[in-house]
Amino acid sequence: MIQSNDDTDLATDTRGHAANGKGPSGARTIRVRIKRADSHGKNVRWEEFKVDLPSAGERDGAINVIACLQQIASNPVTVDGTRSTPVTYESGCLEEVCGSCTMVINGKVRQACSCLVDDYAPNDGDLITLEPMSKFPVVRDLWVDRSRLFKALASVKAWVPIDGTYDLGEGPEETPDEQQTRYKLSTCMSCGCCLEACPQYTLEEDESKFDESFVGAAVISQARYFNMHETGATMKKQRLDTLAGPGGINNCGNSQNCVKVCPKEIPLTESIAAMGRSVTLHRIKEFFSGR
Amino acid sequence: MVTPSAQQRVIVVGGGLAGLAATIRIAESGMPVDLFSLVPVKRSHSVCAQGGINACNKIARQQGYSEYEHFDETLYGGDFLQHQPPVYEMAQWAPKIIDLFDRMGVPFNRTSEGQRALRLFGGSLYKRTHFSGATTGQQLMYALDEQTRRYEAEGKVNKYEFWEFLRPLMDDQGVCCGIVAQDLRTMQIRAFRGDAVVMATGGPGLVFGKSTNSVMCTGAAASRCFQAGAKYGNPEFIQVHPTAIPGADKLRLMSESARGEGGRVWVPAKKDAEGRWQPHPESGRDPRQIPTEERWYFLEEKYPAYGNIVPRDIATREIFDTCMKGFGVGGGNMVYLDLSHKSREELETKLGGIIEIYRKFVGEDPVEVPMKIFPGVHYSMGGLWTQYSPNRKYDEIAKKLREINDPIEARNLPVQKRNNEILQRNYEIDQQIADLRDKGGSDDEVQKLEDSKQTPEKLEPYVSLADLHGKDALPVGMDPDAPNNMMTNIPGLYAFGEVNYQYHGGTRLGANALLSCTFDGLFCGRSVVNFVRERAHTPAASLPSSIFDKGVEAEESRMKQLVESSGGENPYEIAKELGLEMTASSTVIKTGPRLEQSLNKLEELRDRYSRISLSDSGFWTNQNLSWARAVGDMIALADPIVRGGLAREESRGSHYRTDFLGRDDSRFLKTTVAEFDASTGRSKISFEEVERGLVGPRVRDYSTTKKSKAQVPAPTSADDPKQSPRVSDPNADVSGARDVRAPGDSEKVSS
Repeated sequence: MIQSNDDTDLATDTRGHAANGKGPSGARTIRVRIKRADSHGKNVRWEEFKVDLPSAGERDGAINVIACLQQIASNPVTVDGTRSTPVTYESGCLEEVCGSCTMVINGKVRQACSCLVDDYAPNDGDLITLEPMSKFPVVRDLWVDRSRLFKALASVKAWVPIDGTYDLGEGPEETPDEQQTRYKLSTCMSCGCCLEACPQYTLEEDESKFDESFVGAAVISQARYFNMHETGATMKKQRLDTLAGPGGINNCGNSQNCVKVCPKEIPLTESIAAMGRSVTLHRIKEFFSGR
Repeated sequence: MVTPSAQQRVIVVGGGLAGLAATIRIAESGMPVDLFSLVPVKRSHSVCAQGGINACNKIARQQGYSEYEHFDETLYGGDFLQHQPPVYEMAQWAPKIIDLFDRMGVPFNRTSEGQRALRLFGGSLYKRTHFSGATTGQQLMYALDEQTRRYEAEGKVNKYEFWEFLRPLMDDQGVCCGIVAQDLRTMQIRAFRGDAVVMATGGPGLVFGKSTNSVMCTGAAASRCFQAGAKYGNPEFIQVHPTAIPGADKLRLMSESARGEGGRVWVPAKKDAEGRWQPHPESGRDPRQIPTEERWYFLEEKYPAYGNIVPRDIATREIFDTCMKGFGVGGGNMVYLDLSHKSREELETKLGGIIEIYRKFVGEDPVEVPMKIFPGVHYSMGGLWTQYSPNRKYDEIAKKLREINDPIEARNLPVQKRNNEILQRNYEIDQQIADLRDKGGSDDEVQKLEDSKQTPEKLEPYVSLADLHGKDALPVGMDPDAPNNMMTNIPGLYAFGEVNYQYHGGTRLGANALLSCTFDGLFCGRSVVNFVRERAHTPAASLPSSIFDKGVEAEESRMKQLVESSGGENPYEIAKELGLEMTASSTVIKTGPRLEQSLNKLEELRDRYSRISLSDSGFWTNQNLSWARAVGDMIALADPIVRGGLAREESRGSHYRTDFLGRDDSRFLKTTVAEFDASTGRSKISFEEVERGLVGPRVRDYSTTKKSKAQVPAPTSADDPKQSPRVSDPNADVSGARDVRAPGDSEKVSS
């Protein structure tokens, strides 16, 4: 019979959960080096913190970069003993479905929550470096302003134009194959990894220039997603017009970096190729119809 | 002269499913919406919902399921603590909500024929859960995010992302007229005018330290409304999800859909000579090598009807109990959740999202190896107290049913009291047996104690709505035109989604949250519009600026106080201790003495909180300040959670008191209402009747399949031959006997 929560502290006391035989198991101290800034380009500096990791048997489950940042926040003292401030960063679900905590870790863009320290810093004294994404203006420290990405979603009309929220029956039927393709595209969490990795996607601080700046792989793939839906396709022409224009699909340099860094393994290059064909056909059609 | 109609606008706080559904519904009616969110709305916590969304559907209907069954299951799962009309209405709307999401383009999984696929979920024997992989919440949220973006592009919605809600504002009539909020980048504090304010701010998972919730789910927004005078309902009802994987930063949910798709929960064990399960002496065996006869599928054994898909509170207590008895994997706090008997292809298609999470965070493949899981705090059934107006037939039908059921209840209550005494005695006997075993007592002695246990008596069945009127839709839910649906006690201040205490009672059934959140937004969004349109008092735009300035000043001074405070206490440490304390006292099992102890701990934390120091005293993008401020509000909200738990001297749904086993309907078939006492900074608890005129509070028992059927008595009024009883089969159809109307087409009922 159950006697008390105190005996287990529920899932807060979960000794042994992290011990899966993979990675190092001993207690150790790692270093976390963080590129900080008060705002974009202002007081940019590197700070280094020590983070103590308990041994595998004493852990409350896996330790990720977020847990390191939480430890630093509760006692923000750098390795040289200077009292600093908690590091500013975006975070949300911590299970890699919201896209918030995207940053550059050891030179590679990814979500901090799914970045386990045992993989990145297996030995005592190992270093993890954290930097903000470079393609977006820094708000502070690791927090960047990704509003350009959301604005670009609006520019390709990334929605299904339904007739309101009334009870109007079911949506269009689709086959399991179509659903699987659309589902994969729909798992895009607008994290920006593909944009950070793209050579053609460059930093733009001036909001008035967002419209003619490259929309990037995530947005091209979303345009494809909505063009694939029966009702969504009614706005196909407008989406293709946007993608045919400045900041559209012609900016893609085919480096294929996007698909390599996508945490959700979305077939972004497939989407770009598909939309490239659609845009070409769309233009030919326009040309011959004399518009 | 201001033209109110042109200037009227609604504020929505929170951009998850409930907030976005409300935004879309209200904007669609032509009312401009200002939408506030701590994070870009696409990153709201609703994305974490995995398993699916419940609704009666074509296939289930032909198997005997109906909206009525959905309603009944939800009440039964919630141990009858709900107000019934809102639950009834929600179940009626569920199929329409699925259709709507379908039209918005949500990629629901499909059958080979192209129909929407369905899966089993907790608390039901019918497949009635629609899903999109194992990231259904994300997919539904994205659909609403897209529609919101569309309205934003059309100028109907203004988004304020990275803005934190600080307090509601009320005019001198006590009517809500706006909010104070802070830009988390510039730290600017501003007041916003609104003719109604919808709180859709989710749950308070972080009050319990680590939970399955996202980092912004502190409950601070709800707490701020509570401290401003909004009542809080059923605070002590906290759902602990049976299957989560722990992490240093949070607990990650392993969806109930894993069990709905055939996942089996087991622990390594061995049967002794008497055929009783005992912990297996060898720990650390590879689970794949453990033979079937050494796997104890304890849920399937104890609940033959529902097996692994019993409701969450039951599964959680069983897993917890099993680990406490030493059966946990490797002697620790873990059990296996096993999917390894399923095909890779099926798992990837239906559960890909959660399998991926397990792989990424644990490093093992659930397709090959059973997952190791343990319960984690997940959802709050409690939330801001809200009201509603029942639809036009409710009062009449409820009155008739209560006339039949009240005498039954009067006969049942003394039996329930005796049964609870038996439960309590049996529990004590179990403890004695455990002690005896520890001391090496003989089997005879144990058997003697076992034999001294008594069996509870059966209770008399109640007559339900279906017994009298069948299962087709009746206007006994909510009045769709009433402006007060899901409005708090502060006029003009609404609570939608998890922050609303309605619909789920003592425990929420899996895949009902996505439904209740969306339903609130869509159904009650209309109520908000009606409230604003019918507003008899001064429009927010015409109110004197002093009301708004005062609110801003109060929050500026609070911020200043926090920044200047230098007592040396660390807000992160206080939050951590709060979490550990609340998890220990107010989750799976509770006792009076332990809860009393928590009240003392809260006193200590309050005191220490008054002496915190911030490690960042800047006025630009200061997350430290925002967190420290939230910690104070989390303590204020922990207070009613503990006090409610203490006052409710019974066990119901997720609230399980080992010193008060069994449900005590005579005293506690009531809503816990907490009110903040500004003079003491503590909460006051009272109890309020729940509206339960449609289905009687039968005993909740998931070890058997079918609830006992009521004998319907002869009609009480002879002048109503249409409603003649059917004694033999309450499920049988009686055509022409009912006043069947689709919910939605009703006349106005005054509230």
